Amino acid sequence: MEQGPMTPSATHAEESNRLIREKVEAAFPEAILDVYDFRGERTLIVAQPHLKEICQFLRDDDALQFNLLEDIVADDMLPDFPRFAVNYHLYSIPKNHRIRLRVPVEDPEEGPETVASLWPIATWLETEVWDLMGIRFQGNDSLRRLFLPEDWQGHPLRKDYPLGYEQVQFSFNWEAIEAKKPSPQD
Amino acid sequence: MTFGVSSARSGMESAGSDTIQELTVEELRAKYGSGMEIEDEEHMLLSMGPQHPSTHGVLRLLVELDGETVVNLAPDIGFLHTGIEKNMEAKTYTKALVMTDRMDYLAPLSNNLAYVLAVEKLLGIEAPPRAQAIRVILTELTRLNSHLVWLGTHALDLAAMSVFLYCFREREYLLDVFEMCSGQRMMTSYFRPGGVWRDLPEEFEPAVRQFLDFFPARIADYEALLRDNPIFLERTKGVGVVTAEDAVAWGLTGGNLRGSGVEWDLRKAKPYSGYEQYEFDVPTETEGDVYARYRVRMEEMRQSLRIIEQALDNLPDGPFLVEDRKIVPPPRSELGRSMEAVIHHFKLWTEGFSAPEGYIYQAVESPRGELGCYLRGDGSPKPARVHFRAPSFVNLASLPRMAKGQFVADLVAIIGSIDIVLGEIDR
Amino acid sequence: MGVEQKLGEMGIVTARLEDLVNWGRSNAMWPMLFGLACCAIEMMSTQAAHYDASRFGMELMRPSPRQSDVMIVAGRVSRKMAPVLRRLYDQMPAPKWVIAMGDCASCGGVFNNYAIVQGVDEVVPVDVYVAGCPPRPEALLDGIMSLHEKVRGEKLQDWA
Repeated sequence: MEQGPMTPSATHAEESNRLIREKVEAAFPEAILDVYDFRGERTLIVAQPHLKEICQFLRDDDALQFNLLEDIVADDMLPDFPRFAVNYHLYSIPKNHRIRLRVPVEDPEEGPETVASLWPIATWLETEVWDLMGIRFQGNDSLRRLFLPEDWQGHPLRKDYPLGYEQVQFSFNWEAIEAKKPSPQD
Repeated sequence: MTFGVSSARSGMESAGSDTIQELTVEELRAKYGSGMEIEDEEHMLLSMGPQHPSTHGVLRLLVELDGETVVNLAPDIGFLHTGIEKNMEAKTYTKALVMTDRMDYLAPLSNNLAYVLAVEKLLGIEAPPRAQAIRVILTELTRLNSHLVWLGTHALDLAAMSVFLYCFREREYLLDVFEMCSGQRMMTSYFRPGGVWRDLPEEFEPAVRQFLDFFPARIADYEALLRDNPIFLERTKGVGVVTAEDAVAWGLTGGNLRGSGVEWDLRKAKPYSGYEQYEFDVPTETEGDVYARYRVRMEEMRQSLRIIEQALDNLPDGPFLVEDRKIVPPPRSELGRSMEAVIHHFKLWTEGFSAPEGYIYQAVESPRGELGCYLRGDGSPKPARVHFRAPSFVNLASLPRMAKGQFVADLVAIIGSIDIVLGEIDR
Repeated sequence: MGVEQKLGEMGIVTARLEDLVNWGRSNAMWPMLFGLACCAIEMMSTQAAHYDASRFGMELMRPSPRQSDVMIVAGRVSRKMAPVLRRLYDQMPAPKWVIAMGDCASCGGVFNNYAIVQGVDEVVPVDVYVAGCPPRPEALLDGIMSLHEKVRGEKLQDWA
């Protein structure tokens, strides 16, 4: 059934999920580790070495045409193993369907290969992932501190990083905290 | 693993100690250059610093200038990083809702909607039709609110100050409407998982109908001030052009994408909260410059009025919260009569409701583009991972491409037309 | 105050020096544009036509610290922004005052985590704290008027 960019329907999502899975499994039979369906969304769990070629296939295939990389989200699954997972949310504007690729990452220093040659926005999104979660993407050499000051150490969104909760100034600790604040003579 | 070397105190000391004379040019470039590739050593590096009247928030742009022409540009963000995603993991689902208002602070109900729809998707429930219609009305009012601020500040940057004052006058009326519903002008937190916080008051419908009466004439006023103004046209036509393929490859969404000719709106493509019942157009322009984006957003304001009118005419009766007591608190009148109500109330306020294990992604069309919420639950009452796909964050990455080869004065117009909000970028 | 003592019809009034100086300072305080986050929008609303802050002498919002008297810190201050804030405060010429607008500037607000400075008074000395998230424009105007009262109460020994 021919679907334009803005003609939605409930069965359209199931049809396209089925079509996407069939095509990817036909092209890369050994790359898909698992398929996860939850609340109408399909996630293809793919192995790290095959990520870039699957993304290339998804973008260039005529029936799929995933031309918009919506987001790259990193997840910390502590205490599960493998600890990290990187989600790629892809969307096709002409065909109006969506898919999520999830890549389990064991070693954050050896992350997946960058997909910046397919979607240029990936550089920016991967820098954010490195800044906050610490997963290094191969081939992306502009990974730098984006949100945090340059000399910050650590990656805050990891589960073993503390929240940084500071003591609130109540009457019992008023003097102690007030002494550390600057006075007008500074 | 140590954390947080630079605290406010050490920041104070280092601010006084490093002076320009102590660092060489190369060291300065390495320290403040934001990783930008400097094209030519002879060019001037301008730091449009975090405190600037035209950067719409605390954005720092490192601009490499050849005379007046921008050769290269690198945005330096992070001056408003709040750690919202990490902080939401430490709170229950309902308490974390409060933090979502403060991300995109020009359209707080939009963020609320994205988060609440994500939580409802994770739980597998759906809000009742009355709540969905109320959500649509308030989200469209928020869209108007946000576009008014955009128009006011954009025009202010281009030296049309009266438009700024007019837009804020309309905003006062809308903020009164929000206060009527929820008690708060801006950060309402009115949408809750399962519906809305409380039913609409009686004064709401007459107030909104009055607004629908006088507002179209006001939009016409603003257009009359700007649309044929030769200075405005001179400063916006042909400036900051982005083609359709570039826009999609760089992840532009919202008014920016529609200004370049790609007709795509999430409210029509993947409708949520009952948007499929309402009839509205999606304005699209083809040139891709600042003027096209301006026209797209002005037309979006008119379409929002259409949606509000349809939703208000067909507002269904019924409950405004889902009936599931494990998720939604019981009304206070029941607390005196029913023991189960007291138990549910206690459980919800001390522990919160638990969400199943699994991860979902829910996207809404915020005034800036596609606002997505990735939510992972792990069976506990607190979210295991929340991530917001902020449209301004992705849109900002196109700024260097739009601004190369333009003048510095055009840069101000381009930043205004992308419609960024730093709270959303930095989260 | 000896304003009523007019010497003949020559149109001379007398007053104490500190009253005149404080009156001049409080009635023409120019705020520095330091809107960081959501409170900045309420600050803009305060400056706009409905709740007009120009009635209180704050006609212009100067982006340059050299030309401003009061810094209204509107919004949350992150760790990356704190040195910038201090540098701008140092660049303001005396006399200068600071209004911490909103909960995040007063005490860290909703956000008690690694990224937000818990109260801008850890970085600069604050004169008036305005509570609210965000404070209503009327609350900000109340804060501004409290600052004016504080300035009018300043003594000669403080600044001479």
